Amino acid sequence: MSPHPSLAARVRQAAHPGPDLPGCACETAVLADRPDATVVRHGPLVGKAHAPGTDPEALAARLRVAARLPGVLLPPVGTTPDRQSRPHTLWPYGTPVDPDDPDAAPWEAAGTLLARLHRTPAPPGLPPMRGPAKAADAVRRLRRTAGPGHPATGPVLAAWSTLAPWARAETPMPASALCHGDLHLGQLVRHPAPDGPWHLIDVDDLGTGVPAWDLARPAAWYACGLLPPDEWARFLGAYRSAGGPAVPPDGDPWPALDVPARALTVQTAARSVTKAVGEDRPLDEVEQALVDACARMGPVPAHPAPDPSA
Amino acid sequence: MQCPKCHAAMHTYNRNGVQIEQCSNCRGIFLDYGELEALTRLESQWAPAAPPAPPAPQAYPAPPAPAWGAPQHGGHHGGHYGGHHRHKSFGHMLFSS
Repeated sequence: MSPHPSLAARVRQAAHPGPDLPGCACETAVLADRPDATVVRHGPLVGKAHAPGTDPEALAARLRVAARLPGVLLPPVGTTPDRQSRPHTLWPYGTPVDPDDPDAAPWEAAGTLLARLHRTPAPPGLPPMRGPAKAADAVRRLRRTAGPGHPATGPVLAAWSTLAPWARAETPMPASALCHGDLHLGQLVRHPAPDGPWHLIDVDDLGTGVPAWDLARPAAWYACGLLPPDEWARFLGAYRSAGGPAVPPDGDPWPALDVPARALTVQTAARSVTKAVGEDRPLDEVEQALVDACARMGPVPAHPAPDPSA
Repeated sequence: MQCPKCHAAMHTYNRNGVQIEQCSNCRGIFLDYGELEALTRLESQWAPAAPPAPPAPQAYPAPPAPAWGAPQHGGHHGGHYGGHHRHKSFGHMLFSS
């Protein structure tokens, strides 16, 4: 039974349009059920219940971007979300990256798709990308749950304090490229399933902002010694080959990546500590590597300001 | 010379007769052509009965990383947590916001 019967019913109805719906043989599978999103699949369609409090106008603007960029973003089935406390949207089913085989991760496709997204002019009226707001949210939750007593709280908050106000969602971002806002390996699917081209999914955080933010999660993983150098090089190389504007075409990319990668390291560390505290356990080796990276962060070196046209 | 990563000053040290440059800030190490091989050779002389070494590190350093990155970026070693045996916790992190 789906945790969201109305969502399941809507997806089932959309998958089998017609007046008298007979019992169908498809199963309704719950693909995700988190506080911020519930995703159910029925046959060829997927329905998503977005986070409570989602602004329907902002979501509709984001859906229109996805509908206009079918080679980059998975196009939605319709661009008008249901006006409910948790808006519902419909999507074609796409095959995700196998979580049990992250070595098969399509790093080249991820880099290429981001470059194409970043090169697309953002339509007027699109809200800001939500990356910095989510980082700030993770830090707020860390303060609330772990508090000053946890040994990791100090270094994580100190690292957060080194960041520019825009990276902490305190001021507008100094760029207005079209950004995804929440890139990770769960945000890529093959469509048409099972072996069509890769597409980016999940437009909830999409918007205008600093494009380096979209490279910053893999960059942070690499910097923390978690992502092997060759996988980072494949991702960055594909992004550069496709003309991605977030970093210079060659040379050291870190002047552009430093601030967003610090922010993503802090965000991931904050979430990890919050989770570990909630589960009443010590940090594991990977989580500790993130906190250690926070502890090594001194002041941000003086880099040339990012190109405001980026 | 200046560190290519964080631009702090690099100091020269003599390691078993091999000159190496180490950054005074991020502790990254710069090796000239052939120096890595010279160090490896010296190391094998000190420990002739050691089991076969893992595959030689890349002749060129890994892609640039920030000064706050994991210490292995400073030397020419592979990641602690990457490679063939991916930590389960990181496997989950790859797919999470």
